Amino acid sequence: MPRKTVLGVFLGVTLLTAQGPDRLMVGQSDKLIGKRNANVQIKIPLTVQKGFHVNSNKPREEYLIPLKLTWTSTGALQAGQIDYPAPSIEKFEFAEMPLSIYSGSFDVVAHFKVASNASAGPGAVSGKLRYQACNDRACFAPKTIDVTLVYQVE
Amino acid sequence: MNTMRLSAVLASMLLVGGILAGCAKKQPPVTARKTAPNFTLKDAEGKEVHLADYRGKVVLLDFWATWCGPCRIEIPWFREMETQKKDKGFAVLGVSMDDDGWKVVKPFIAEMKMNYRVVLGNDQVAKDYGGLDALPTTFIIDREGKIAFVHVGLTSRKDIDEVVDESLRAPGGSGRISLPALLLPSR
Repeated sequence: MPRKTVLGVFLGVTLLTAQGPDRLMVGQSDKLIGKRNANVQIKIPLTVQKGFHVNSNKPREEYLIPLKLTWTSTGALQAGQIDYPAPSIEKFEFAEMPLSIYSGSFDVVAHFKVASNASAGPGAVSGKLRYQACNDRACFAPKTIDVTLVYQVE
Repeated sequence: MNTMRLSAVLASMLLVGGILAGCAKKQPPVTARKTAPNFTLKDAEGKEVHLADYRGKVVLLDFWATWCGPCRIEIPWFREMETQKKDKGFAVLGVSMDDDGWKVVKPFIAEMKMNYRVVLGNDQVAKDYGGLDALPTTFIIDREGKIAFVHVGLTSRKDIDEVVDESLRAPGGSGRISLPALLLPSR
């Protein structure tokens, strides 16, 4: 019988962003503990600068650039689905139909599975968050910001 | 070449705009106008377009992108203005700031039935014209190649028509500044 070991996974999650004057800010997420082979999830808190909005992950107009989080490196974690919150549906002067947007503060939830062979120790998940911000009179060039999750397998 | 000059223009405009926040427009003296930075950009057929070639015409220079909702409101106005005023010495020149280039811009031109010349912008033009962080950004350039009007964000058809008509009547034009979207992000 294999030796029973406590394979707790401590995910100390820190989110870092880079690049210029962002109208979407990434906050610090909660820490969580998981086990090898466990499914874990991380809330990624986002805040849109007051007076602006970003398109949701499923904008109603084809030409609008969606909010999209993608992982470029996941370390000892296997990337799962990413849950975006329900959007607000709002009407703007510049669009005939109401648009699907996010404003204020909201969370994106990223799911991972801890690899069965995860080694104890620190690791990092890196990703890119792409968004397009507008107010009701102007739009700002789409931006991609870096997102890094730091985890600790214990 | 004209970067510093335009920076000074925009800085002055921002200063004036800041002072006037809440009463969006101001008509500075015609003598305060600065020369629009020249550029050479390519149109959809690959032909070079020099802004300087438009000297003698009133030019509506529209910086836009396919992903910009407010730009889609203005483009039909500019289409009409091109038709209505081109015989009076007026031209619209659209500068797309799409990173994806002609593969997205050409279908958009067809979809929007754009009847005026469109060129692809680049980082240098953006820098020369004050950064162009927000779109649409509209410049009206008088017959002498000087900037008569700047507006960041969705403007009004009435305002644009007025400034263009004034500029067509007099070489000097109106010299208005309007920066509400930059100064007063709403919602």
